[in-house]
Amino acid sequence: MSFYKPKFRHPQLPSNALGFTRAEYEGALSTLCAGCGHDSISAAVVQACWELDLEPHRIAKVSGIGCSSKSPTYFLNKSHGFNSVHGRMPSVATGAYVANHELTYIGVSGDGDSASIGMGQFAHVVRRNMNMLYMVENNGCYGLTKGQDSATADEGSRSKAGAINPFENIDLVGVALEIGATFVARSFSGDKEQLVPLIKAAIAHRGFALLDVISPCVTFNNHHGSTKSYDYTREHVQTGNIVDFVPSRSEITAHYGEGQNHSLNLHDGSVLNLSKTAPDHDPQDRRQAINALADSRDAGQILTGLIYIDTGEPDFHSMMKINDKPLNSLSQDQLCPGNEALQKINQKLR
Amino acid sequence: MRPTDIKNPEYFHKVVDCQYACPAHTPVPEYIRLIARRRFTEAYLVNWESNVFPGVLGRTCDRPCEPACRRGRLEQEPVAICRLKRVAADNKGDITTYLPDIPADKNGKRIALIGAGPASLTVARDLMPLGYSIDLYDENPKAGGFMRSQIPSFRLPETVLDEEVGYVLDMGVNQFFQQRVDSMKAILQQPYDAVFVGTGAPRGRDLDLPGRQEADANVHIGINWLFNVAFEHTSSIGKNVIVLGGGNTAMDCCRTARRLGGENVCVTVRSTYDDMKASPWEKEDAQREDIPFYPDHTPLSFVCENGKLVGMTFDRVKSVYDDDGKRRLESTGEEPVFIAADDVIVAVGQEVAFPWIEADAGIDFDDWGQPVVDKVSFQSSHEKVFFGGDAAFGPENIITAVAHGHQAAISLDLFLSGKDVVNTRPAPNVSMVSTKMGIHEWSYDSTVTHDQRFSVPHLETSVALSDRKAEVELGFDTDIGFHEAERCLNCDVQTVFIEGKCIECDSCVDICPTNCITFTTNGDESDLRGRLSAPADDLDQDLYVSDTLPTERVMVKDENVCLHCGLCAERCPTAAWDMQQYTYQVTKPSQVINIDASGIGFHSVSNVP
Repeated sequence: MSFYKPKFRHPQLPSNALGFTRAEYEGALSTLCAGCGHDSISAAVVQACWELDLEPHRIAKVSGIGCSSKSPTYFLNKSHGFNSVHGRMPSVATGAYVANHELTYIGVSGDGDSASIGMGQFAHVVRRNMNMLYMVENNGCYGLTKGQDSATADEGSRSKAGAINPFENIDLVGVALEIGATFVARSFSGDKEQLVPLIKAAIAHRGFALLDVISPCVTFNNHHGSTKSYDYTREHVQTGNIVDFVPSRSEITAHYGEGQNHSLNLHDGSVLNLSKTAPDHDPQDRRQAINALADSRDAGQILTGLIYIDTGEPDFHSMMKINDKPLNSLSQDQLCPGNEALQKINQKLR
Repeated sequence: MRPTDIKNPEYFHKVVDCQYACPAHTPVPEYIRLIARRRFTEAYLVNWESNVFPGVLGRTCDRPCEPACRRGRLEQEPVAICRLKRVAADNKGDITTYLPDIPADKNGKRIALIGAGPASLTVARDLMPLGYSIDLYDENPKAGGFMRSQIPSFRLPETVLDEEVGYVLDMGVNQFFQQRVDSMKAILQQPYDAVFVGTGAPRGRDLDLPGRQEADANVHIGINWLFNVAFEHTSSIGKNVIVLGGGNTAMDCCRTARRLGGENVCVTVRSTYDDMKASPWEKEDAQREDIPFYPDHTPLSFVCENGKLVGMTFDRVKSVYDDDGKRRLESTGEEPVFIAADDVIVAVGQEVAFPWIEADAGIDFDDWGQPVVDKVSFQSSHEKVFFGGDAAFGPENIITAVAHGHQAAISLDLFLSGKDVVNTRPAPNVSMVSTKMGIHEWSYDSTVTHDQRFSVPHLETSVALSDRKAEVELGFDTDIGFHEAERCLNCDVQTVFIEGKCIECDSCVDICPTNCITFTTNGDESDLRGRLSAPADDLDQDLYVSDTLPTERVMVKDENVCLHCGLCAERCPTAAWDMQQYTYQVTKPSQVINIDASGIGFHSVSNVP
C-alpha cells in the first residue's frame, strides 16, 4: 500500500505565468475511498488554480466535517487551511474574510455539512454575498458514517441497503437562487472539461459563488437505483450554459456569433464566454434560471453548467464597509487605538 | 488508434526498457528484486541463464540497459544495473548444484567451435546439456577470448573470468587450446556436423603515417599490446606514452600504461571529447588516474631522432557537422602540435580477419571482408558453418557476443535436428500474473524511493597504479546494493487496463504522479499525442490505447515516464487497473532456469532427446 505519492513528476510539465507546475498546487495523498468523486474535484481545483496563476500562499481553504471536508488536505498543501466545526465553515470563512479579504477563499462542504447540520449557516453566507467559492461535494449520502441518505438524496432514490428515500430533497442550487446567490452553478466530478472552467469562473466572480458538484460515493451510493451514481448522473445530465473562462491577461481572439453565445465581463477583468444550449435560458435572468431548474427537474434531468450569474450586486466587503487593509497589515496603534478612542465610541452609543 | 494488442509479447517487453535494450534480454528488474531480497544466488542464476558471464559483465559490460533505464528520464541517473549484477556475483553461494546435468550418453552430433571467446562459450553452455559433443579450439592457452586478452586485470580479475569460463568448460567441452586453426577446409573435412566461428575481431588497425617504419620499435597496436600484457610477454613501457584513439580499448591501454611505468600518459583523439566512443564511465576512470585527454587532435607523423621515436605531431582540427549530422574534421590552420613520447599505442579500431578461411571453402564474404551471415540464424552461406560475436558483424561487445551465441545455438540445434533454422525458431517464454495480494497490497515493493544513484567505491589511486592486477572498482556492499536495488521502478510489473470494469471515475488520471493517463476521444497517434494530460513527444515510447468505453472515449496511457508505482490500481474502485508481473525470457535450446511471475523454477534438462 502506498503511504505517499512519489515525488517524481512528468519532466516536461508546463509552467504557468508564475513559473509553477501543477505539482506546486497538489496536496497529500488522498485517504478517501478509491474512486471517490471528491478526488476528481480536488484535481479540478489543482488544475483551475494552476491555470488562474494563483499564488498558493494567497489562498485559504476552509471546510467543515465529512468526507468532502477532508478533501482540502488533498490539494493546495502550500495554502492556508482551516478544517472547522461541522456545518460551521461559513462562520469561520466569514471571520477569516473579515480579517483578510485579500486572500482567495475556497470553501469545501458536503451535502450533510451544508444541507443538514449547516443549513442555517449556509443560508446566511449566501444572502450576505460573501466573496468566496463555496463548493458542495454532493454525493447524496453520509459516506463517513456508512452511507445513510442525506438531505440532498432524491425522493425515491434507493440506498445501498435497499431502502427507498421517502423524503423530498433539498436542492442547494434552488435554495441559493431563492435567497440571493450571485453565482450559481452545478457540475459533475466526472466531467472536468466543464468543472475546471466553472471553478475558475467562480473564483474570479466577486461575490458568493455556489458550485454544487455531483460527486458519486463509490462505496455507498454508486449502485443501481441511486440517483447520484456515475451511471445515473451521466445518463441524466443536462448541460445548460457551457462556460469558457478567459483570464484577464489573455485577449479574446475567438469570434462569437450572435444569439447562442455571449461574453460577460467579470470584475477582475476576466471574461466569461457562455454558449447556451437552451435558448430560453439567460443566466443573468434569475426568473429564467429558476424556471430552467424547475423544467429540468420535471424532466427528470440534472441541470449542470452556469445556472445564474449577477455581476452587479455589491459583495459583503463593500456592504459592510470592511477595512480595505487586512488586519495583519495594521499596526498596534491602529488595531488597539487606546482608552481615549474607546471612550469616544462609548460616548457615541450613550 | 486501434486498441493496443497487449497479447503481443513484444508490447510489454518494450515497456521494460532495460531488458528490451539488452542484446540478450536479461530480465533486469527480476534479478534486481532478488538482490533487494538478498537472494543473491537466484539473482546470479537469472543472470547466468541469460548472459552466461554475470561476474564479468557486472564489471565490464557496455551497459546498453542503463541509458535505456526509465529512471534516467525522470532524474539525472539511471539505476546502476551493471554494478548490481556484480553484487549478485560477489555475494552468491555455491551455484554448482543448480547447473544443468550433462548427459553421459551423447546425442552423436559433433560441433567444432573456433575461438574460445564469449560467443563460442555461450554456444557450448547452451548445447552441452542437450548431449552434443563439442570441440573448442583456441590459439591461446586459456579460454575467454578478448575478455582475457584485452580487458585488463584491474578491471576484471582473472579469478572471476576463470570461474565463469570454468562453469562452461567443466560441462565436458573438449579443449583444443594453443591450437591455431589454419584452415577451414581442414576443419570441414573432419567429421563435424556443424562449425561455429567465434574468432572475434582480432586485427588492430595501424596508422600508416610518416615515420611509422622508423619508429616501429616503440609503436604498439593496442589490442596486441594488451594481449602481451595479459599473457605477461610485456611488463614495462616508457615514461612518456601517447595513446591514439578514443574508444574503450584506448582507455584500457592508457590505464595499463600508467601501471607499467608510464608517468606521462596522454590520450589523443580526432573527435571532440563528447564524441569519443569510450563509455563515459571509462573516460572518467582514466581521468581519475591523471591521464589527460587531447581531443580534436589528428595525428600527422611519428617523429624520430637517431632512429628512435621521440614524439608525434598533431594537427588541431574541429568537428564540423553537415545537415545529416555527419561529421567532418577541418584543420584549424594552427601550427602542428608536438607531443613527446617514448612509446605510442595505436588504439584506433579493430577489424575481423579470416586469413584461415579459404576462398573456396564455400563461405561467401562481402566487399568489406565480412562473412555473409543471416541476421536471424547466424548461418553463413555454407549451411554447416555459423558465425557469432564480433566475427559475424564486426566489433561489438561481450553482451552482444553472448546474444549471438544463444541465437546461433538455437540454429545449430534446429539445423542438427533437421529443422528450418529461420522459420521454426521458438517463441519467447512469456508469462503474466497479477501481483495483487489484497486491497492495495502488491507482491512487489511498489514504493518509489527518491535516492540518487549511489557511486561505487574505488581503490585509492596510488595503490591501484602500483599493482596492475589490483581491481580498481570495489563494488557495492550488500547494504548499498539494497538501496541501489530499491531505485529500480519494477518496469516489468505492468499496468494492465481492463475496459469492461472501468466506470470512468478519473481516479487514476487524478492520482498518477507523472500524468501518464488520459481519457479522451480517439484519434490517430499524432493527434492523440497532442491531447494528453502531459506532453507525449517521445515517439520511441508507445501509447497504450484501450477499446472504446461507454462514454465513447478511450483510455490512453503514455508509457514513457510511468513509475509503475501502482497508484492507478490502488485508487481504482473496480480493479480496472491491475499490476501484473510480466516475464519475458528468450527461449534457449536448454532452458536452465524458468522464470515466471510466480517465482523462479529450476529446470532439469538432462537427457533431452
